[in-house]
Amino acid sequence: MYAFDLARPADLASAVTSLQTEGAQALSGGQTLIPVLKQRLSQPSVLVDLSGIDSMKGIRRAGEFLIIGGGTTHGTVAGSAEVASAIPAIASLASKIGDPQVRNRGTIGGSVANNDPAACYPSAVIALGATVETNKREIAAEDFFQGLYTTSLEEGEIVTAVKFPIPVAATYQKFEQPASRFSLTSVFLAKMGDGSVRVGVTGAGADGVFRHAGLEAALSADFSAAAVDGVAVDAGMMSNDLHATPEYRAHLVKVMTKRAIAALS
Amino acid sequence: MAKVTMTVNGKEHSGEAEGRTLLVDFIRGELGLTGTHVGCDTSQCGACVVHVNGESVKSCSVFAQACDGATVATIEGMQNDDGTLGVLQAAFQEHHGLQCGFCTPGMVMSASELLKVNASPTEEEIREGLKGNICRCTGYHNIVKAVQSAAATMAGAAQAAE
Ligand SMILES: Cc1cc2nc3c(=O)[nH]c(=O)nc-3n(C[C@H](O)[C@H](O)[C@H](O)COP(=O)(O)OP(=O)(O)OC[C@H]3O[C@@H](n4cnc5c(N)ncnc54)[C@H](O)[C@@H]3O)c2cc1C
Ligand code: FES
Ligand code: FES
Repeated sequence: MYAFDLARPADLASAVTSLQTEGAQALSGGQTLIPVLKQRLSQPSVLVDLSGIDSMKGIRRAGEFLIIGGGTTHGTVAGSAEVASAIPAIASLASKIGDPQVRNRGTIGGSVANNDPAACYPSAVIALGATVETNKREIAAEDFFQGLYTTSLEEGEIVTAVKFPIPVAATYQKFEQPASRFSLTSVFLAKMGDGSVRVGVTGAGADGVFRHAGLEAALSADFSAAAVDGVAVDAGMMSNDLHATPEYRAHLVKVMTKRAIAALS
Repeated sequence: MAKVTMTVNGKEHSGEAEGRTLLVDFIRGELGLTGTHVGCDTSQCGACVVHVNGESVKSCSVFAQACDGATVATIEGMQNDDGTLGVLQAAFQEHHGLQCGFCTPGMVMSASELLKVNASPTEEEIREGLKGNICRCTGYHNIVKAVQSAAATMAGAAQAAE
């Protein structure tokens, strides 16, 4: 690692100020950033540790929304009674991230800000049409994710919370890449209050997380495995690496969607 | 450089750490507690697992300065007060839960957190609880047996105490 200073602000205002320093970067759980620093792929002058900011932690329900603070760890979300009663699929998703030690440190804010194409949370954020709250504004899910490892966050902007609309029912079906423990191809499927069905796919897209319009239209009309069979999933938009071909990923999108239907039936 | 103070295995320790000093390097280099191992650069192997404020973490993926004021438990604190092996350590020895032993400190620390949360885990729950710990030698079967045996011993001891 290159040398840097570690700042440990106790509140959001001080963190925002620290992040204005030239070359400053936010640190949350460090479960992505620290391995990146070890590879010298990033050279911050100051790392601003957000983990001491209490206002960014915690989970609450506000009417039809579940709001999870950006600094809340995956472990806390997985074990939260509030999440289990409002959107159990989110608790289940969090419980499947990495391993217990990663879950004890990694945060939802760090996960969405990082926008790893194989990360779990982004699929729930777009499938539910969640809002990403920052120290400056609220960003709709569709505007937030901008392709691989890219978001609409500005320099120094901090994800303070993610606000999820509560669906009628939802499920997260993860097909894990066993070495990395990330998603090879996973599907977050939600039935919304207006009768629509929304399908978020992570791990598969060449441009990162996406919603599948064809599956959504078919399932909104007929919520069945047979409806999935009739939908074309284009391998041309899937990523290709040593773990899986685009064709295999496209196939998995359908398999995981069917598993999601079975889980909700 | 900054002065960092933490309570490690019940004793207060202070030392100097740079911003980039990892907790594992502080524990091994500054405090001389070399039971905690480093097996990878990618936060994947779990050889470095310790407890910070009661939660298991990969000490290669946390900065020492971020643990200023924390309570830390390492493998050196797992033995009994008289210096004999603690229940989990003895179970690993008894059931051949180790071969080269490189992964063992992390395995024991992860297993210890698992048994704190879930006193009688199923085999599946043990494998899930040790998912962040990689062993290149044993094939995991005997590690699972060791954890099952330790859970039974602890349950027996708890019953006897009642
Ligand atoms: C072995 C292993 C397995 C894993 N498996 C999975 C998995 O199955 N699924 C999954 O989804 N993830 C997985 N992860 C990643 C894990 O969930 C990370 O915790 C997460 O991606 C990043 O969160 P963090 O809090 O650790 O962020 P950090 O590593 O601290 O930061 C990540 C990035 O986000 C920025 N950042 C952090 N917090 C904020 C914020 N609040 N606002 C703005 N920017 C911010 C940082 O500057 C940095 O660029 C795994 C990681 C490991 C090491
Ligand atoms: S040394 Fe491999 S996870 Fe810490
Ligand atoms: S005993 Fe050798 S790595 Fe586990």
